Amino acid sequence: MQRGLKAREARLAFWMLLPTFSIVIAIVILPVIANFWIAFKPIQLGDLRPPRPAVRESVRSRPQAPGEALVVRYRVQNRTDNPITWARIEDALPPGLTPTELPQACRLQTAKIVCELPQGLEPKQTVNLTLRFTAGPAYFAAGAPYPRDTRPVVESKAPNPILARPFTLENFRVVLTDPDFWPMLKVTLAYTIFGTLLSILLGLFAAQLLSPPFAGRQVLRGLFLFPYVAPVIAVAFTWVFLLDPFAGTINALLLKYGFVHDPIPFLSQRYWPVQFFGLTVQLPLALTMVILFEGWRYFPFAFLFILARLQAIPGELYEAARVDGAGIWASFRFVTLPQVVGILATLFLLRFIWTFNKFDDIFLLTGGAAGTETITIKVYDFAFARANLGQGAAQAVILFAILALFLVVYFRYAPKGEV
Amino acid sequence: MALVLTLLVGLASALASLGSVSLLLVLWGGLKTVLPLDAALAGGLLLGALAWALARRERLRPPPMVLAGLGLGLVWALAAGGDPYRLGLAPFWNLLAPLVAGGFAGLATGYGLREVRLERPDSEAWELVGLRLLRGAAFLVFVFMVVFPFWAMVAASLKPRAEFLADPANLGLPLHVFSEGFWPGLKKMLVGYREVLVTFKFLRYIGNTAFVSVSTMFITLALAVLGAYAVARLEFRGRAVMERAILLTYMFPAIVLAIPLYTIFTQLGLRDNLIGLIIVYLAQTLPVALYMLRSYFETIPASLEEAGLIDGCSRFEVIWRITLPLALPALASVGLYVFMIAWNEFLFAFMFLDTPELFTLSRGMVGLNSQEVPRQFLMAGAVIVTVPIMILFFWFEKYLVGGLTAGGVKG
Repeated sequence: MQRGLKAREARLAFWMLLPTFSIVIAIVILPVIANFWIAFKPIQLGDLRPPRPAVRESVRSRPQAPGEALVVRYRVQNRTDNPITWARIEDALPPGLTPTELPQACRLQTAKIVCELPQGLEPKQTVNLTLRFTAGPAYFAAGAPYPRDTRPVVESKAPNPILARPFTLENFRVVLTDPDFWPMLKVTLAYTIFGTLLSILLGLFAAQLLSPPFAGRQVLRGLFLFPYVAPVIAVAFTWVFLLDPFAGTINALLLKYGFVHDPIPFLSQRYWPVQFFGLTVQLPLALTMVILFEGWRYFPFAFLFILARLQAIPGELYEAARVDGAGIWASFRFVTLPQVVGILATLFLLRFIWTFNKFDDIFLLTGGAAGTETITIKVYDFAFARANLGQGAAQAVILFAILALFLVVYFRYAPKGEV
Repeated sequence: MALVLTLLVGLASALASLGSVSLLLVLWGGLKTVLPLDAALAGGLLLGALAWALARRERLRPPPMVLAGLGLGLVWALAAGGDPYRLGLAPFWNLLAPLVAGGFAGLATGYGLREVRLERPDSEAWELVGLRLLRGAAFLVFVFMVVFPFWAMVAASLKPRAEFLADPANLGLPLHVFSEGFWPGLKKMLVGYREVLVTFKFLRYIGNTAFVSVSTMFITLALAVLGAYAVARLEFRGRAVMERAILLTYMFPAIVLAIPLYTIFTQLGLRDNLIGLIIVYLAQTLPVALYMLRSYFETIPASLEEAGLIDGCSRFEVIWRITLPLALPALASVGLYVFMIAWNEFLFAFMFLDTPELFTLSRGMVGLNSQEVPRQFLMAGAVIVTVPIMILFFWFEKYLVGGLTAGGVKG
């Protein structure tokens, strides 16, 4: 009895979880496997369209009176680089036509011409099918229809290139020997580390500001979440617009107050020389701006979690510290910090992984130009800008391998019960 | 020592206050005002000295300092011929700016020194005051940092292109259009919105986005409730593994899925299709939604449901009649969170949709970002995308914040 109940419960759980599982497997797990598959195949973006023969019908000779010849030619072309294994053309046959010469591939059915190419077409192959008829009186009685007025219907079969192409390591060779490979990894790392640190640091400051109760705190908390809940496309385009060197508000302000003499192309210049104690340092300008955006947009995330944690610290702890003679700095250092260090570590790991995975922000701000090309941008660049899905997938596999490393660290070191 | 302390606070308050007002005036009116340094220094020292004098009699409280600040502002304004910021407006407006600046400086001084023992300022007092000043500065910086881009978005969306190019630092509203009367003025101001909504078909995109987001929200909720209930209440093997798996999918980068999904969806004919988009969003939101709901279900005592089961309800009746009504706040949180993700999503909408009739707002915005389209229209589009999320956010802030902290929005 007990056992039957258990089995029934397990079966019920299975059915209740099935939809979620199927969707996650279909849209997350299988695509990841498919990505590995594609990474080992030479596949271009254009290969996704199944190859279809292009058919052009031309009338070589048009009869003017009964007994004259009607000659129609179908030019069947495979313009793609992929083979077509079978093709069939079907066209309407006007009445009153008697065939005098038909190609082997073609035959006549009631009011129909049917041509079949059982061998299909090699890449770039052309086949001409010329059909000759003698026009009878019935043809003219029907108003001498022009054969090109009816369009031929084409059917074809072709192997899916994704399945048919041979496996190769070429994609990985291209991706790994790309001259931008190591610089790109460095940019990714800099973006991830500094973006994460900046957003958490700003979040910690903001949480400290809003932790003691005061009038208007709720409103400010809502306000501080704005950058995070607003659609990325809106805020990214707003910053692009504000930072524009020609019509941007920031540059206009800097010029007006005399801080600079020429506008700064914030998002389109790789390096900006900065005088630093007499030394000229080349500041990676666009990358810095992208990191600042990351800090601006994601500080609310850290802010929210740290604030929740701060508000859970019992007030007695601070009173005890005051009694012990702790000043403001000491009570932060010895009471607040130990209480939030767990959440800070978790936030760091979580945000580190998410920042590493980030694509939208940089893509919308700079498109990966001016030294801001991270690994996710590179995946997009290979797959869609250069229209080579295989190379993009290979780059994604490398991204995935690095991510797996981070995930191992995350699941090993993330404190339980936080976030 | 006490005098040094009060003078410092007064100076800092006056500089911050007058500086902020200057910056706002530049942004609002496009005026070439610089920080009135002499006035700030003089006013700050006076405020500090006054605070010191007041504090000798009793503990300092803000209201008298505000009055003093207003008075100083007035004196300054009159000394500068009634228009210290050189606004050149009607006398009332010319006076307003220095009064606000002075009053705010007084308020800041008062708050900075409030309840401080000024008779014998010890290191604690210095620390306290220093911290207050830092907090004040940080507040100004944070609020400005958050509000500025959104303000700029709205202001630029209301301004004709030529007017904006003439002075890009001016983010004031073009209120002069109202000189032709309210309705014609309003119409002129909102011309960018009309263009974007009608000519650029954003009305249609709003409908598409709403369809996608609402469908995603309801389907996710329905499926996540079932799954979360199973994980929270039912015994079965592999529960722990499943929880890990859910977290794992949460960390998958969208860009890794983009290539295979693009490939598969193209071949299945699901790519340029809103249903295909909804399926992808479901996969993105379901694991987190399930995870969040599960934590909530576990806080509902199982005994309530067991009573229902004993009374002869089926499992689904129990979920419908007992669990769901109790979990309404969690459902609201999760639903809002899912809606927000679907509404804001960019990458898949951008890659999947080719047909303009099917564009979502994120996808449609890309078309506005071109040299041929005035920035005014781009910003109007940005406001249109943002406003619905903001309205939801302020109406349901409590729930949304709950959802954010329970699951953490991936982003």
